[in-house]
Amino acid sequence: MNVLVCIKRVAMVGARIVVTPDGQEIDTKQLGFTVSPHEECAVEEAVRIVERLGGTVSVLTLGPSEASEQLRDAAAIGATHLVHLKTDGREFDPIATAQAIVEVVHQLEAVSGTYDLILFGNEAPDTGDYQVGIRVAHSLDRPCVTGVKNLEVAETSARARREFRGGDELFELDLPCVLTVKEGINLPRYPSLPGRMRAKKAVIEEFEPVWQASLVVKEGLRVPNVTRERAEILGTGVDAVPALLALLEQIGVLS
Amino acid sequence: MSSYEPSRNETQHPSVLCLVETDDGTVIEASLRALSFARSLAQSSQARLIAALVGEIPEITASSLGSFGVDEAYAVTSTQLSPYAPVAWAQALRQLLVTCGATTLLAAGSDRGNEVMAHVGALTSEPMAANCFGATRIDDETVRLSRQRWAGSLIEDSLLRSTTALMTVAFDGVSSQRAEHATTTKISAFAPNLDESDGRTHVARWTGRSAGISLADARVVVGGGRGVGSADGFAALDELAELLGGAVGVSRAVTSLGWRPHNQQVGQTGTRIAPDLYLVSGISGATQHLAGCQSAKRVVAINTDPDAPIISRADYAVIGDLNQIIPALAAAIRERNSLTS
Ligand SMILES: Cc1cc2nc3c(=O)[nH]c(=O)nc-3n(C[C@H](O)[C@H](O)[C@H](O)COP(=O)(O)OP(=O)(O)OC[C@H]3O[C@@H](n4cnc5c(N)ncnc54)[C@H](O)[C@@H]3O)c2cc1C
Repeated sequence: MNVLVCIKRVAMVGARIVVTPDGQEIDTKQLGFTVSPHEECAVEEAVRIVERLGGTVSVLTLGPSEASEQLRDAAAIGATHLVHLKTDGREFDPIATAQAIVEVVHQLEAVSGTYDLILFGNEAPDTGDYQVGIRVAHSLDRPCVTGVKNLEVAETSARARREFRGGDELFELDLPCVLTVKEGINLPRYPSLPGRMRAKKAVIEEFEPVWQASLVVKEGLRVPNVTRERAEILGTGVDAVPALLALLEQIGVLS
Repeated sequence: MSSYEPSRNETQHPSVLCLVETDDGTVIEASLRALSFARSLAQSSQARLIAALVGEIPEITASSLGSFGVDEAYAVTSTQLSPYAPVAWAQALRQLLVTCGATTLLAAGSDRGNEVMAHVGALTSEPMAANCFGATRIDDETVRLSRQRWAGSLIEDSLLRSTTALMTVAFDGVSSQRAEHATTTKISAFAPNLDESDGRTHVARWTGRSAGISLADARVVVGGGRGVGSADGFAALDELAELLGGAVGVSRAVTSLGWRPHNQQVGQTGTRIAPDLYLVSGISGATQHLAGCQSAKRVVAINTDPDAPIISRADYAVIGDLNQIIPALAAAIRERNSLTS
């Protein structure tokens, strides 16, 4: 079983987002970086599948040089091959990202065989485009299911479940296929110390992706106006309970 | 901004096509919002508003389409479309787009809407702009739009350059508004030309709604975060939620610690809630958490830290230890109930 997981380095924004003066980027000077929880779960899922069925876990990212940190984080929990499509920091839109990934998948598969599974996070936390996995699947002519929260993989097939209107939808797929997963599919492990040591020394295979201009031309970013005033303070500690009770009564949530 | 003059040919008016999702014949709220968005875009470019629904369109559905100003609705039917098959839906929409000469295709920013529209984007190699909440047509090849990034914590203004504008509509950014003047929606049938491969990936089985109050639909959500302190600490929140006929919602800190299952997580990568009351305690108010409760009508926060970001996003707040306040509130409600019953 060969599994490829695609991840994206994003800023770990806190309570408020700050936009750069030119309005084109978010100001990340004070921020750490991470990947989406969806993608952490995708890596964990891949590692579990391969622990059970044998095989390899490759992790791919398209991003600036620093994105190698996110690849090493994935190696620390068990990814065996690291692939970096190194950008010069320019933003790749979903079409450009998908094309760059497909190019590299073709090259990698020519050497080491087809990936039975390609996993993505359901959506990137920053752009929220909901489409890179689907575009890759179409280019490779492989079936695709998004939003997967439960996955059973056998040698040549997979059963993928996801939530739909309070119930759950089951898909049955033949491998190879492309899946985008959501947080909750598993609870990712913490990296072990030996895992971290291994990750430091892991080899990263690098590629140069081709940038192309987006047809969604960004004019600028802005932070939404939050009109809300500071909260009305009802009180401190248990002394505030009568006021809280009166409020619940007034809102009409008490039977 | 100069007003847009659509180029017309004799036979076809420009039109905006919107995928409408239904649940037991009722148009879902997310689609009503998408229709409201689509109508204002159509009006700004003197275009007709056309709806696409998979399956037959019963009378009751048609009348609610009319009240949202839909000029024409297509009942799209094919054996490949149900059970739900994302590629087949996308193929059908793509064909309908050509048939009715629409220059814009929209869907709700629901799981299904985003999925189908991404497939349309892939099939046509056109860009797809997700989670838009504002759009005006500039010319035949340009729409100026505003869309959500970072799950609504940031807004991007941009120009979508494509002869076919593909967009989904942000749930939290748009309200559902009926048209000023209801229309009589003309109902037409559309049978797309689909083959088996389009329906290859489809829902093999749907397990219906589970019993109990779901977090997404709960009228009251009692929220607990890292400040609850332990898995056991949630017993008091469970009790309060039960007294209020609501559900417990938690932060990612809580699910990562394994105190609570992920299906109780509120936020960007969890559930989006829309209760009348979100009573949120021991949660700091990170943007990713707030992304999940933008539609809460009232937010009441309990936090030891008066400077926690959640306090400036709440309507009311109590400063103090939740592990004392929540049990005391539950006791007060029980006492009140015993007096009124
Ligand atoms: C891409 C991405 C997606 C994410 N998605 C989500 C998501 O879906 N949902 C989500 O919740 N988070 C999400 N997060 C994580 C988010 O950034 C925060 O880390 C998380 O919400 C913090 O949880 P918390 O508020 O419980 O913990 P903390 O930030 O640690 O806050 C604890 C709060 O409890 C208060 N407190 C402590 N003790 C008490 C007490 N005894 N009584 C009252 N108050 C007390 C403290 O003052 C503090 O305000 C995501 C992060 C990323 C990067």
